[in-house]
Amino acid sequence: MNIVVCVKQVMDPDTPISAFIVDEAEKKVIPAQGIPPVVNGYCENAVEAALQIRDQQGEGTITILSLGTDFVMDVMKKPLSMGADKMILIQDESASNLDASGIVNVLSAAINKISDVDLVLCGQQASDWDNAHIPMGLAENLELPCITSALNIEHTEDKLIVQSALPDGYQTFEAPLRSLITVNNLFGEPRYPTLKGIMQASRKSPEIWSIDDLGISKSDLEPSIILSELKIPVSEGNCEIIEGEDDADSGRLLALKLREEKII
Amino acid sequence: MTEILVFCETNEDQLDSTAGELLAAGQKLSSELSLPVSAVIFNPNPDMVLQAGSLGADKIYKVTDPKFQQKTDEIYTHGLFEACKQINPTVILAGKTTLGRNVAARTAYRLKSTVAQDCMDISGDKNSGLISVKRPVYGGNAQAVFTFTNPLNQVVILRVKTFEPLPLDKSKTAEEIDLVISMPEPKLKVIDIVKQEFEGVRLEDAAVIVGGGRGLGGPEAFVQLEELAKILNGAVGASRAVCDAGWLDHSYQIGLTGKTVTPDLYITIAISGASQHMAGCSASKNIVAINKDGDANIFKEASFGVVGDWEQILPSFTATARELTQS
Ligand SMILES: Cc1cc2nc3c(=O)[nH]c(=O)nc-3n(C[C@H](O)[C@H](O)[C@H](O)COP(=O)(O)OP(=O)(O)OC[C@H]3O[C@@H](n4cnc5c(N)ncnc54)[C@H](O)[C@@H]3O)c2cc1C
Repeated sequence: MNIVVCVKQVMDPDTPISAFIVDEAEKKVIPAQGIPPVVNGYCENAVEAALQIRDQQGEGTITILSLGTDFVMDVMKKPLSMGADKMILIQDESASNLDASGIVNVLSAAINKISDVDLVLCGQQASDWDNAHIPMGLAENLELPCITSALNIEHTEDKLIVQSALPDGYQTFEAPLRSLITVNNLFGEPRYPTLKGIMQASRKSPEIWSIDDLGISKSDLEPSIILSELKIPVSEGNCEIIEGEDDADSGRLLALKLREEKII
Repeated sequence: MTEILVFCETNEDQLDSTAGELLAAGQKLSSELSLPVSAVIFNPNPDMVLQAGSLGADKIYKVTDPKFQQKTDEIYTHGLFEACKQINPTVILAGKTTLGRNVAARTAYRLKSTVAQDCMDISGDKNSGLISVKRPVYGGNAQAVFTFTNPLNQVVILRVKTFEPLPLDKSKTAEEIDLVISMPEPKLKVIDIVKQEFEGVRLEDAAVIVGGGRGLGGPEAFVQLEELAKILNGAVGASRAVCDAGWLDHSYQIGLTGKTVTPDLYITIAISGASQHMAGCSASKNIVAINKDGDANIFKEASFGVVGDWEQILPSFTATARELTQS
């Protein structure tokens, strides 16, 4: 079974707000000094899902696919250290100018180029642009059935049994192997790379592709939506701090204050 | 240029509460673009049609097929896509619900158009017919404005509870049109659906929410939060850190990837106020923070707060609240 997991390198979402800086003229977030990027959290969950499926089956190839500009190899190798077999990086300066449709067109051309792909797994959304629709676009382009927010994926013969989260419960689907599934934190913690995994990953070098290799027509890379403004929202920040003689007293005063303001 | 199409979801025998919000957003765009607002409803009953009309739909497309009883992305994407092919709308509005966001996004790609996710505001340019949207990005740390480049099938997913429904105008009725769509056999088979039983006030409907964070140290603390919630007739919610740790189920999660809530009062206890958490609650009328770190982001969003140890603060707060609300 051939599994492709789409993975994105993102700014660490735990970057303190004080280190989060936007260049409004360039409409770009400036990478925080001294804080390395990370593999997007939900993408790690998707890698974990792929590894579990391969473990269940006892065979299979997991290929990590990523599109970006400035890959940090130590960061991007994490899925390999977790146990993925191969990695393809589409490293291309022009990637930063693509909109979601452009990204979808590049990734689907790449998945088509990796032949005999059965299952595509994606993190539900990337913590930078929070689009949460690149996987849907891939499913549409590749004409794959799509299941979102998987809680559990079970592989039986030629089918997948997938539990998909609902706001207050879940739904179980029977899907063909050739499907696209999105994964988020609900799937469970991604495993830590083992020392053996890290050693193996250090011996693997990713294949580097460029967008030109994929034979995509220029019109498929034209943006259909344009970023026209980017800024940090201003918060009013006028919290009234209630202070009593000690913490317990402050608690009492807080309740009295809320009563006075007719909030409780 | 044609019309503004609203994907109205249904909930058992009623329109979903997002329908009114989307129709209100549609009416705002309608005045800017001078285009009518239409609603598409799958398996509508007469009440839903009346309601959509009185909430702002000028025209209602009714699509009826037993297949729509099964609420899957696949079936509804097919329905919405086929409807759009017949209608050719300028704009398609959907709500950021589990079904809405997936169906709208897939419809956009199937139409070879594009989609803007999780939008908080929307405006249209009359001359070009192009839509601009405002949306939080980077988990809410930044705010972006995006503008579409093609005035056909511009798909916009609006964050739930960002638009206030228009007052119900029962004198308004809409033109009704039956759309015929042929439905193929779905590729995905639903084997079962498990719904959690729920007691008490639903988080999404609660006027008061008591939310707990990682700083509570463990699941035991939630007994005290439940107690306070009960006194205030509210519900308990939590940060993702709490749900990921397994202290509470994920249905309690408030935030970007959890529930969007807009209570009159949101009391946060030992929650740092990360932008992804605030994304689900920043429209609360009053936020109150109890946190030992005076620099925590939550104090930027709260209107009242106490800096200190929740274990000392909460019992006296709860006791006083009990006295005040019982007197
Ligand atoms: C893509 C993405 C989506 C996300 N979606 C969500 C989401 O939907 N919802 C969500 O909540 N998060 C979400 N997050 C996670 C979010 O970034 C934060 O990590 C999370 O909200 C932190 O939870 P917390 O405030 O409980 O924990 P922490 O940030 O660890 O804060 C704990 C707080 O408790 C305080 N504290 C500790 N001890 C005490 C004490 N004794 N008394 C008083 N105060 C005390 C501390 O000062 C601290 O401020 C998402 C992240 C990503 C990347």
